[in-house]
Amino acid sequence: MKRIFLTLCLCAALLASCAPAELNAPMPTFDTGIDPNTWAQVPAGEFHFGQFDEIESTDAYEIMITDVTAAQYADFLNAALADGYVKMDNEKIVGFYPGDEYNGIKHEERIDAGDWSFIPLNDPSQRIKFDGAIFSVQSGYENHPMTTVTWFGSWGYCNYYDARLPTEMEWEKAARGSDERPFPWGDEILRGNANFYSSRDPFEDMSSFGSRTTPVGFYNGQTYDGFQTVNSASPYGLYDMAGNVWQWTGDVYEGIHYRFMRGGSKDTYDMDLRLWVRNNATPTYFSPGVGFRCVR
Amino acid sequence: MKERFQYLFNSTKGLILVAIAMVGIVTAIWGMLSGPMAEMGVREIVIKALGMKIIQSEREGRIIILYHSIAMAIIAIETYMVTGLIKMKAFFKTAINAAITVGYLLTMVFGMGFAYFGHNWAFHGLYITGLSLIFFAGVMLIIALWPWNPEYYITDKEYSHTKSGLDLERTAFFATAVTTVISALFGAVPGSYYGHGFETFLAENIIRYPEKTIMEYSIIGHLHIMLALIGIMITLIIGRWLNFKGGLHKFAMPLMILGTIVLNLGVWGVVTPLEPVAHMIIYVGATPSMFAALLLLIWDWNKLIRDGTAQLQKPTFGQKIGALLRDPLKFGPTWQMLFMNFTTSGIGIFMAIRLEQIFRVWPAREERIELTGHWHVLSAIIATIILLYFGDMNGFKGKLRQWYGWSIIILSDIAFGAVTIFEMKRLFITEAEQQPLVNGLMYAIDFGLGMLLVILAALMVYRLTDLFKNKGRWIEELDHELAQEVDK
Repeated sequence: MKRIFLTLCLCAALLASCAPAELNAPMPTFDTGIDPNTWAQVPAGEFHFGQFDEIESTDAYEIMITDVTAAQYADFLNAALADGYVKMDNEKIVGFYPGDEYNGIKHEERIDAGDWSFIPLNDPSQRIKFDGAIFSVQSGYENHPMTTVTWFGSWGYCNYYDARLPTEMEWEKAARGSDERPFPWGDEILRGNANFYSSRDPFEDMSSFGSRTTPVGFYNGQTYDGFQTVNSASPYGLYDMAGNVWQWTGDVYEGIHYRFMRGGSKDTYDMDLRLWVRNNATPTYFSPGVGFRCVR
Repeated sequence: MKERFQYLFNSTKGLILVAIAMVGIVTAIWGMLSGPMAEMGVREIVIKALGMKIIQSEREGRIIILYHSIAMAIIAIETYMVTGLIKMKAFFKTAINAAITVGYLLTMVFGMGFAYFGHNWAFHGLYITGLSLIFFAGVMLIIALWPWNPEYYITDKEYSHTKSGLDLERTAFFATAVTTVISALFGAVPGSYYGHGFETFLAENIIRYPEKTIMEYSIIGHLHIMLALIGIMITLIIGRWLNFKGGLHKFAMPLMILGTIVLNLGVWGVVTPLEPVAHMIIYVGATPSMFAALLLLIWDWNKLIRDGTAQLQKPTFGQKIGALLRDPLKFGPTWQMLFMNFTTSGIGIFMAIRLEQIFRVWPAREERIELTGHWHVLSAIIATIILLYFGDMNGFKGKLRQWYGWSIIILSDIAFGAVTIFEMKRLFITEAEQQPLVNGLMYAIDFGLGMLLVILAALMVYRLTDLFKNKGRWIEELDHELAQEVDK
């Protein structure tokens, strides 16, 4: 009897593991009150860069206070498709990228000038929909960060609006301010600070679909249906610089075709939310846990 | 009391018991700082309760000290086994065991004290003293194992030796000890460099940078080779315990010596201009070492079947399998070595072959999961092999032997198998759809590893209560040596 019970438990666990994830499970909608069209001023000057606090400096720049939202990206696609900046190509939106210098370094791959994928349209986690004429956003995701977007798609968005992706230094300075803090808001991390793996936000259900993005600017001190957030803006007033989605940065390093990401995401443990932590992937990579913001 | 201390710190089995207990304590406490325990909020409670001082920017340094603290205890356990199994002068045995015991205890206690409880630099000094003592014990082990001493020459044709009588198994132990001590330097030199305030790092975080410094290469080489050498040494130890001999022994020992030396040359070459071909040398070296382990496995399984069916005229296939599986403590170590090929070697080779096509297309964090996963599994497999041998040392018999042995094998293999699937999940499932699979795998991993820790805790409680008995098992083990328990 014991053996049968144990076998049944094992089978139940295995079957539960094989169940499909509900990608379109109902989710709450919240207005965070944060305007994603706002830009923050970051002054020229020195700051502490990296895990070991090297002193570096940047020129002055402006940076978006939130990640680019899905609604903003849909607007971009509608405008860009109309004027030929992007086009459809076999279930993908592609756009022109002028290419990188190739140095023939070990493991380096060529990134030649040409059309590169901006976003896939057939990926199950894609929240941008296309009806053949108009791009729109899956209901509820309008104020969530744009994800499932390649580095080219992020570069293309910023470029279209005469902006660009931040360099790693610009990104880190905007997140960190002038001191040595490991997180945008300070020294320690709580569940109310950011969206990370198993942070128990209202959008997460680890027993079924797992982590999902939170609306941009969600962690601003408001309470949402009983979930109390902590105001976690960076010293320059940026939101979500730790957690929610990794953010593509713009640096193209000699001999490396990978593009670097910062900030950690809804799918990573808190250690990856430390401001100096880097992730990287090929520029064609996309994921429901990767987004971006622009500087100008 | 004096006798009990004599047992714990002057007998081979007592020393092994203390070291296993220390590893168990560190694993139990520090295991609560990550993974599901962190998710459940246990980490914060442990940090507060123990007064740990966790500084975000020092995580990498803390983890390096944690790894070393555990690894030094494992090296001490293997050293005790070597000094208990291999002939050497009594002075060397005592000196080696004393140095390595003080060494790993200093490393563990003061290393963890420094890393997790504020930066008392006296602790750091004692941590380094501990590591130095272990190095010194290694040097003494090399001298003690010196195989060209005619006193240790053998003539028995069942064992691998040269025409002049040089014992090739002893030479294999010697080669492993020598290369381990040299390879330790490849960690000590950059360790000193980074310990002096330079920027430390975890190797898995710099894998994709095309330009690496010599110090970075040295650390990458060091961590790979040390784990490989711990694996080679435990293979030799298990072979000696099972009394590996005969035709396959004659093939295996020269292969083990050759493999160990070439493997090390390849890894050391990583910090030289030979770096572009170093991986090829490593593959060339790993092949004979793994083949030698395969020969041990074939010999062991064949012996278990032969011994288990000796009374039968014409054993059936089922009876042979029954004989093979009859004693989990004798079958388990070589089975775990075979299982390692599915969870570690196989994954490593697959990654090397399909690196550009698959793994370098994934984000670096995914690749990091593969890297850290596969060497955690390798470390844990070595730990289970030690626990299986330790079960035999404890004299477990009958149902207890069966339950203990099979629990370790099955629980660990469930956990390691699940880790392997977790590492490779991106081959067959997208990020968006992975959560139910991840949950199932996590349950398997947590269940397997959690229950293993429960078994280890039960074993430790049994040994602790035994110590309070006047005529406990510890009395039997006080003067009993591992060499006396080698299979006939």
